[in-house]
Amino acid sequence: MNPAGVDSLLQGMAGKLERRLEAEGIERPLVVGIHRGGVWVAERLLEMLALEGPLGRLDIGFYRDDFSRIGLDPEVRPSRLPLSIDDRTLILVDDVIQTGRTVRAALNALFDFGRPRRVLLAVLAERGGRELPIQPDLSGIRAELPATDRIHLQGPAPLALHIVRAHP
Amino acid sequence: MTPFGPIQRDPEGRLRHFLSIEGLDRALLTRILDLAEGFAGVGERLIKKVPLCRGHTVANLFFETSTRTRTTFELAAKRLSADVLNLNIGASATAKGETLLDTLRNLEAMQCDLFVVRHQASGTAHFLAQHSAPGVRIVNAGDGRHAHPTQAMLDMFTIRRHRGGFADLRVAIVGDILHSRVARSQIHALNVLGAREVRVVGPRTLIPTEAAAALGVRVFHDLAAGLDGVDVVIMLRLQRERMAGALLPSEREYYQRWGLTPERLAAVGEGALVMHPGPINRGVEMASEVADGPQSVILEQVRLGIAVRMAVIALLLGYDEAGP
Amino acid sequence: MKIAIRGGHLIDPANALDAPLDLYLAEGRVAAVGKAPDGFHADRGIDARGRVVCPGLIDLRARLREPGEADRADIASETRAAAAGGVTTLCCPPDTDPVMDTPAVATLVQRRAQAAGSARVLPVGALTRGLEGRQLSEMGALAEAGCVALGDGGRPTADNRVQRRAFEYAATFGLLCMTQPQDPQLTAGGCAHDGTVATRLGLPGIPESAETLALARDLALAEETGVRLHFNGLSSARGVRLLGRGRYDNPRVTADVAIHQLHLDEHALEGFDPNCHVLPPLRTGADRDALRNALAQGHIAAICSDHQPHDRDAKTAPFPDTAPGISALETLLPLTLALVDLGLLTLAQGIERLTLGPARVLDLPYGRLDPGRSADICIFDPERRWTLRPTDLLSHGHNTPFIGRELRGRVTHTLLAGRLVYEESKP
Repeated sequence: MNPAGVDSLLQGMAGKLERRLEAEGIERPLVVGIHRGGVWVAERLLEMLALEGPLGRLDIGFYRDDFSRIGLDPEVRPSRLPLSIDDRTLILVDDVIQTGRTVRAALNALFDFGRPRRVLLAVLAERGGRELPIQPDLSGIRAELPATDRIHLQGPAPLALHIVRAHP
Repeated sequence: MTPFGPIQRDPEGRLRHFLSIEGLDRALLTRILDLAEGFAGVGERLIKKVPLCRGHTVANLFFETSTRTRTTFELAAKRLSADVLNLNIGASATAKGETLLDTLRNLEAMQCDLFVVRHQASGTAHFLAQHSAPGVRIVNAGDGRHAHPTQAMLDMFTIRRHRGGFADLRVAIVGDILHSRVARSQIHALNVLGAREVRVVGPRTLIPTEAAAALGVRVFHDLAAGLDGVDVVIMLRLQRERMAGALLPSEREYYQRWGLTPERLAAVGEGALVMHPGPINRGVEMASEVADGPQSVILEQVRLGIAVRMAVIALLLGYDEAGP
Repeated sequence: MKIAIRGGHLIDPANALDAPLDLYLAEGRVAAVGKAPDGFHADRGIDARGRVVCPGLIDLRARLREPGEADRADIASETRAAAAGGVTTLCCPPDTDPVMDTPAVATLVQRRAQAAGSARVLPVGALTRGLEGRQLSEMGALAEAGCVALGDGGRPTADNRVQRRAFEYAATFGLLCMTQPQDPQLTAGGCAHDGTVATRLGLPGIPESAETLALARDLALAEETGVRLHFNGLSSARGVRLLGRGRYDNPRVTADVAIHQLHLDEHALEGFDPNCHVLPPLRTGADRDALRNALAQGHIAAICSDHQPHDRDAKTAPFPDTAPGISALETLLPLTLALVDLGLLTLAQGIERLTLGPARVLDLPYGRLDPGRSADICIFDPERRWTLRPTDLLSHGHNTPFIGRELRGRVTHTLLAGRLVYEESKP
């Protein structure tokens, strides 16, 4: 999907999010992107919704459940979150949700920074294959793909979505 | 030509043990520093702990007393959610006839995954690595006069945070090089990371005969000449035994000739960093004004030591040799 | 018992023989070289075609660990190893437990060796009581009990006055003194040559001056007292230079070198291999070359094994905490042949340093094949190439850095006083 397509998905997400925030009376939500694709998506949403920053950046490298099998991600870097997340509503943003394990790790990581009042999950692309009982609150697109295919978000600017097929 | 490469890294280049800086390359040292940067953030959070090494057991095996190093290793392992076993083995175990290897075997049987070892004999960590079961990791926390690689890495981490890199750096290490495992590891690390010049400064009795050829350093005996134009000054701890061993006449004379006074530091320049592996003998290696002054990063070294040790432990426990 | 050794290449440096010659033995002695004596009917023939036949090797320094450390090794096991290495005569240093400072210990060692029957063991008595460097030992009685020399057993006398008196007293009886040139204070705590490798590995160093100081002292005392002095185990170029000067002034002074010092240098310690922990330490390549030269020129009279068998535990520890020494009897000959391969010595010179050279140091009638001498013979296959494995070793000590090394030359027969004490089992 080309950059224009991704932009329209983001517009759609921003619209849904705005209505949701209004309907539920949520003020001053904190947007937190999961490193790296989630951060790119979150940056755009923040811009479109004209929400106040700063943007939170969460690296879940230290919380992965496959650590003892594949080791540390060489790109792991420090998470940057505002001083306190206690009692705030967080919008956790990722690029793609499949198994749900990344979000599980992100939630664990978040709770080591404090106790948010509420966490909403927003993803650009939602696909099947959940291994944990985690569902997004809103998504840009929903896709059904063979389990071996991967959705790859290219960024940071412009953003483009690719489907990477596994070659047998 | 050093055998420290093969034993420390597996054929794929992954770190298997952390015994000595010798034999490791710049890419790996940089990786440790980058990882430490990630872990440094953990220490600033509400919950200073990540679940990375849950289910692993780290045994601190200290045959020599140490408060600081053992504590920072313990904190590092705990912040990675590993279980920690502290063993201060004085003369007791060996007096009972238990060999070092027996101790290792017993702890392996209790399924410890990683051993942090300090011992008075040079080569101990290397010895244990050679005899450990596959999958067991050894971290050298100081062996005799040989190496103390995590201390060197935390010093490099401190330097990089202040200086950005190593390329144009001139570093002087002052004091008892002869007996210092810290100095040996620092020298190797600085050379691997590409520092412009590494100097050692001290009396002939405290500088090994072959230092220049063996370690790749410039040797100075005069402090002012040795500090001229350097960016970082590392002062080593002076053990009191050195006077009894006829290596030095007195602490007073040492301080007069090689101690870092505010005046001497002023001559080096305001931008120079002052470091010390601790604990400091105030008025012997340096003046209190220098130790507590704005150019000193000594306490920062201690704080950053936890992140560096987390990085090393995580790197070592981060894969399973039997895995894919 | 009459034995004919036929078809071999005979090397006997004492008689300048280096030719295909048969050798005839009768009643434990050499009967004839070349042509059989009239009416000689061999009870047994040994086919030595393709082999070298030479005098049995003489080793000036081999620890047998008995009495005292029978869990490590004993006289029976180590003399078997000696025979397998072609060694027929060896000197046992006095640092046994108890120390060889009484006739009883010296007698015990010889009796055990005779019972084992594999090699001639010559005890070296302690120079001072308990090797403590304070009181003189009963040198007269020790000599009477069979000690061929008096030595410090690698525990040098610290007190110069005691050393001087020990030399004087030994000279009274015309006894040979053997000392290891090693200043105790400069050696204390050290485990490696004070050079680049020790600096990098952080191993406490032993400077060259530990050797030169002790050499200078003992040379001065020997000259003054007139004692016959032999130095055990040189390790440095400066030591070699000092020995040369000493021998110029006092030609009766002799010295030996351990075989490992002629092959290894300080770089062998990289990786903390405890099998390379030796005393005196392995020094630089230049030191090794100086030792090789001194050996080739004859300033160093003998190569010895400096055999020190250890059990596994003694070598299973961090480098500085391991016991020094190499199990070396069975590699003495092949490693000497390796020096021949390097062009440092001729084969005849190599054999001389293992036979006649040490015999002259001891002033004993071994190490030569003239008729009437004890039939101590070593027969080896000079072309056989083999790789040393721990299972090859008869010694109880498997502590050698030469495991895995390809060696040339293997002993096939060893005879002690005309008796076959070792024969290689057919593969």
